[in-house]
Amino acid sequence: MTYTLLPAPDNNEGGVGAPVLEVDEVTKSYPGEPPVQALRGVNLTIGQGELVGIVGPSGSGKTTLLQLMGTLDRPTSGRVRITGLDVATMADDDVAYLRATRIGFIFQQFFLAEHATVLDNVADGLLYAGIPLKQRRQRALDALDLVGLAQRPHACPTQLSGGQRQRVAIARALVGRPAIVLADEPTGNLDQATGQSILALIDQLHRAGSTIVVITHDHVIAERMSRKVEILDGLILSDTGPAAGADGRLRPFAPFAQHPVSGRRPGLPVREDSS
Amino acid sequence: MTAATLSRRRLQLSDLARLSSVGLRTRKLRAGLSALGIAIGVAAIVAVLGLSASAQAGLLNEINQLGTNLLTVSNGQSFTGGTAELPTTAPAMIGRISGVQQVETTGAVSGANAYRNPYIPSGNTNALTVQAASLDLLPVVATSVAEGRYLNAATAQEPVAVLGAAAAQRLGIDRIYPGERIWVGGQWFYVAGILRPAVLVPAIDSSVLVGYPAAEKYLGFDGHPSTVYLRAQNDRVNAVDDLLAATANPQNPSGVNVSQPSSALVAEAEAKGALNSLFLGLGAVALLVGAVGVANIMIISVLERRSEIGLRRALGATKSHIRTQFLSEAVLLGLLGGAVGVALGVVSTAVYAYTKGWATVIPTEAWAGGFAASLVIGAVAGLMPALRAARMSPTQALWSI
Repeated sequence: MTYTLLPAPDNNEGGVGAPVLEVDEVTKSYPGEPPVQALRGVNLTIGQGELVGIVGPSGSGKTTLLQLMGTLDRPTSGRVRITGLDVATMADDDVAYLRATRIGFIFQQFFLAEHATVLDNVADGLLYAGIPLKQRRQRALDALDLVGLAQRPHACPTQLSGGQRQRVAIARALVGRPAIVLADEPTGNLDQATGQSILALIDQLHRAGSTIVVITHDHVIAERMSRKVEILDGLILSDTGPAAGADGRLRPFAPFAQHPVSGRRPGLPVREDSS
Repeated sequence: MTAATLSRRRLQLSDLARLSSVGLRTRKLRAGLSALGIAIGVAAIVAVLGLSASAQAGLLNEINQLGTNLLTVSNGQSFTGGTAELPTTAPAMIGRISGVQQVETTGAVSGANAYRNPYIPSGNTNALTVQAASLDLLPVVATSVAEGRYLNAATAQEPVAVLGAAAAQRLGIDRIYPGERIWVGGQWFYVAGILRPAVLVPAIDSSVLVGYPAAEKYLGFDGHPSTVYLRAQNDRVNAVDDLLAATANPQNPSGVNVSQPSSALVAEAEAKGALNSLFLGLGAVALLVGAVGVANIMIISVLERRSEIGLRRALGATKSHIRTQFLSEAVLLGLLGGAVGVALGVVSTAVYAYTKGWATVIPTEAWAGGFAASLVIGAVAGLMPALRAARMSPTQALWSI
């Protein structure tokens, strides 16, 4: 079996702002009577180092967009490029390797293996990238350090709170130092305060240089991202665009000013129902 | 990351081992129960093969203890189809062959039958034969006296009989008391003893043995031995065997039957294994049921672990990674059952063989076949679930919970 040789993923490849993910006139329809048009021609380019919030109600096509951006599915028409590589031209196995090395996923339900330790859950993020176990665990420790869980690597996920579990999942997404991290409702299963702390972590990772896309139905959350893309009925409704400053570099992301007890950010309405 | 890393996308064996044991480690009871079917099947097969091999080994051992150096020379057929009698000189001639240790004879007394008493209808012969027997016959045919005494130089002259084990049973005699007698050839013979079964020479069992002189005196016996029993040195058995016919009857060597009783018993012992097909069939059915159980458990496992499958695809697993993971889990489950089955089969064989006093013999094909069968069953049973797992779309696996 021959594999396409992929250029090395590197978070600084092409410099800040260089396109990491390009979605070009993408449509997606699901078979049915009549066929369901989930996406009707979406264009979106996400540059290196961006923090993008994609927001839309249920059925707007945001999850489909995430699946296509994450190469878990192929578009009906149009092109998806990850770090310049056109997914449509690649074999399934090469796309899988692309996911293993360039894309990190964070899910609403965490999807942690309950029987395995926190460390091994995180290390599994590197399993399919062809890295030996010892090295995987070492890098998993580093990733856990990044999310503030380095002190409990041998705990089981069942012993952790929801917020801690999501931190483990975030560490798993980051352990391969992917070019882009896709988060699907990362605070959806968490209470308000915990959700805030996860968002603060995402902000912190963004400022450290990660490219992160957060999918949410919650405008309040999307509002806090440096770029907000609104999607409705399979079309992009609005896009605030790359948040570039006067010097062409990305604007530094404003840290969340959290209320010490409630975790609320003053001046913004907080939805009680965060699911 | 360079081309060197890219070429290493196949899972390492240690990673595969960890992955394939996840399902077993996390659901121990379920894994144990589904492996049980295979274990029972393999145990049945290993035990059946082991037991028959052990029984055979026990029998062969017994035959060896009785001695494989016993040779018999008996009347054959003449050219005209009649019985070719052995010359009366045959025993002495045979005794001079180098390597012959001991020669004893019996001679069938034709026309004489043995009955419990004179009132038994003459047709009810109980298929007993009356034989004249030499005085040191017993050790040569590997039997001994169970009750009473064997013939001696004195009683061989008188109307005295010794009964073979089966003959005593058929005549209804189980102990010896003074004055006990049976009706042989129209004359009372006193019963001196009863023999133990002669495994090597069953013909002795159904015989009523009398002395040569008595047979000639009272039963009209012509003195021709009909069977010569001899023991040869173990390393000379074949050489002696080759010379026997010509030595026993130089004028008509083809009219002599030479045989080695132990070889017939060995052949019989080896043929007994063929009776085990029924139990092997039952074992095969158990294996089939075990295979269905494993397939069932694997299908349930694939359904339950949709999200794990989806997550692994998202982490970069290819379809073949997923397929390999579930297939190897099924193979592992099969091998687990196989290992337990082989162990159970070996233990039950050992216990039974011990109670019977046999050596425990587990044929290689039994345990190796048990392992191989469980491996194949695991692979076959796991194939369909593994293909289903690999076919599962990652988006459906992750988003339709």
